[in-house]
Amino acid sequence: MWSNVLYIDLDTGEHHTLDRSDLFDKYLGGTGVATQLLLEECPAGIDAFSPENPIIFSIGPLTTIFPCVSKVVSMFKSPMTGEMGESHAGGRLAMAMRFAGYDSIVIKGRAAKPSYLSIHDDEVKLKDATSIWNLSSVEVTGKILREVEPGKGRRSIMRIGKAGVNQVRYANVNVDTYRHFGRLGMGAVFGSKNLKAIVISGTEEVELPDMPAYKKMYSKLYGEVVDTEVMDKYHDLGTAANINVLNRLKGLPTKNLKQSHFENAESISGEYFADNLLLRKIACSNCPIGCIHIAMLKTQFQKGHEFEVSHISYDYELIYSLGTNLGITMGEDVLRLIDRCEQHGLDIMSTGGVLAWATEMYERDLITPPDTLGISLRWGDTDNYLKMIDRIVEMPNKFYQAMAKGTAFAAAEYGGEDFAVNLGGLEIAGYHTGPASIVGQIVGVRHSHLDNGGYSIDQKASSKPLSDEQMVDKLIYEDYWRMVNNSLVCCLFARGVYSEQNMVDALGCVGIKKTRDELEAIGREIFLAKYKFKEQEGFDIDKVSVPARFFETVSQLGMVKEDTVKNMLKLYRKKTGI
Amino acid sequence: MPAKIKVANPNRCINCYSCMLACSRTNADSVSLIDSAIDVRTSGGIESGIGIIVCRSCIDPPCARACPTGALTPRNGGGVVLDKNLCDSCKLCADACLPRAIHFDRANMPVICIHCGVCAKFCSHDVLELVKTEVM
Repeated sequence: MWSNVLYIDLDTGEHHTLDRSDLFDKYLGGTGVATQLLLEECPAGIDAFSPENPIIFSIGPLTTIFPCVSKVVSMFKSPMTGEMGESHAGGRLAMAMRFAGYDSIVIKGRAAKPSYLSIHDDEVKLKDATSIWNLSSVEVTGKILREVEPGKGRRSIMRIGKAGVNQVRYANVNVDTYRHFGRLGMGAVFGSKNLKAIVISGTEEVELPDMPAYKKMYSKLYGEVVDTEVMDKYHDLGTAANINVLNRLKGLPTKNLKQSHFENAESISGEYFADNLLLRKIACSNCPIGCIHIAMLKTQFQKGHEFEVSHISYDYELIYSLGTNLGITMGEDVLRLIDRCEQHGLDIMSTGGVLAWATEMYERDLITPPDTLGISLRWGDTDNYLKMIDRIVEMPNKFYQAMAKGTAFAAAEYGGEDFAVNLGGLEIAGYHTGPASIVGQIVGVRHSHLDNGGYSIDQKASSKPLSDEQMVDKLIYEDYWRMVNNSLVCCLFARGVYSEQNMVDALGCVGIKKTRDELEAIGREIFLAKYKFKEQEGFDIDKVSVPARFFETVSQLGMVKEDTVKNMLKLYRKKTGI
Repeated sequence: MPAKIKVANPNRCINCYSCMLACSRTNADSVSLIDSAIDVRTSGGIESGIGIIVCRSCIDPPCARACPTGALTPRNGGGVVLDKNLCDSCKLCADACLPRAIHFDRANMPVICIHCGVCAKFCSHDVLELVKTEVM
């Protein structure tokens, strides 16, 4: 129904729009269309920091139309993995793109000088960003742009921090202060293009073919979101509720996955944060849940009741990465670490993984003070981790340059590959639940726990055992259907609401008639298109090495056997045909 | 009995815009923010405050007084009724409203709250309430 693609060339500052109904009719939107645009725009084998690497954003046919359809898919070649870069973000961006009238945006080239993009309805301008290029705070960058750009109060502002400017390979792109294109390094790609920020707003009025049917369907879905228990957990304690749950189940990666439970979990748990640090909850545009948990950190900086106050968003993955994985024992200290990464614009999951690997290297004397420039690394030592985070961004020597390229790269240079906890070149999500989690992150198109929810399949298997084949079947089902979900682009937290039937019905309301089976076939087709890109860039499932650490630490399902993982990967290849 | 919309608990707002989408969906048959009579916007980013502007349903509405064409007339119970046929988009009404509760849509027509309460119905955090008012 909508298929307007905005193409921007940073070399010249020129732009044009094209109707790409050829893509949207076939692949819906979101991840489906973005994959095709990536295949069209990204020449095979280029360097991720080449000007030719495209940055692509896509929304879908239900964006802003129905509740919780609130995410944007980004795509690029990842400097972390050298293959598919895909990351999703909420905030206001999806709504801003919808009302600006752009279903996808493709950005190519490299600006001659530090620049930012200003996109307001039909007005698209490349503007000078020299004076804010080296700002040390992502938050302040947003404040400055707010003063000079239109669209006050409802626009979206994406920006990178020092990490992106310096091209730390896991630099993120901050979206509206509290959300992110977090993983796989799009912030570094922004940096390589001299692109500091993008501001978007719009004023479109969108009309639908059958308003009465639409209003009825909206009310139905809204009711399922707010009046049923499907999404309760996301609002109450939020994702951080998982700390205590996974700790109890022995599925919580701790101290570089030397353990799967943490003796001090209680004082960094979702319950602790909610009772002691939670300030308020906010939402992405068009989502009535409000899962974004904001903590208030009040720190005394000198005598006489002198305090500084920061507002910091937290989630489960952040508390795992910079908390349990580094042996941090107090919620307040986790917040200090989160805040530092946020201001630099670093992906927190990768940062935590790199720091955990380095700590174990230091413990084993495989790296020494000359490498770390005198910083001693100990589990739980917040002050030294803060210094270390700053050094990763500054990269003052060879060791920190390696750290800035991620765990897999650093371990290849310095050793410790057996405990360099990564899958496919990406630091793992906070789950050591069993084989489905490991296999899921290896085969997942973006090596994310959200590609196929392997951890959830492990958890199902803990109450009723599943064979290797049953696990693989469930992974594949999720891989295909989440492609559909991510093409619409619903928030995955609302996947319980957007059932197969609800997706069919909601699409019908915007004039897209697809059966359940047709949707599943589209999901599979998108999945295979992604693998086409991944393989073009050299990805091979058989070449992914799984560090020994995964098989040495007990998981929720007991010790994971290497043979189980190998067998599941074989089955997965056979059944998907990849 | 007439009713009016009230911002009962502004600090509970999560900035989801469900109220605005409900207003434009219901009263303008569109998916938009610009067609919504209730106006929610942040000031200083989402890390700062959230402003929620609604028609104050004045008994002696300054917007109607400012209207030179008679397009806006006082509504029974407070607020105003718009006759689009009489409006010439002069925007004097918008200037007369101190809380800035009147803005203009893409067709350059003022968006006027009819106090139907659909925004409150789609507020998941009890920020908004529809309260009864006295007939004058």
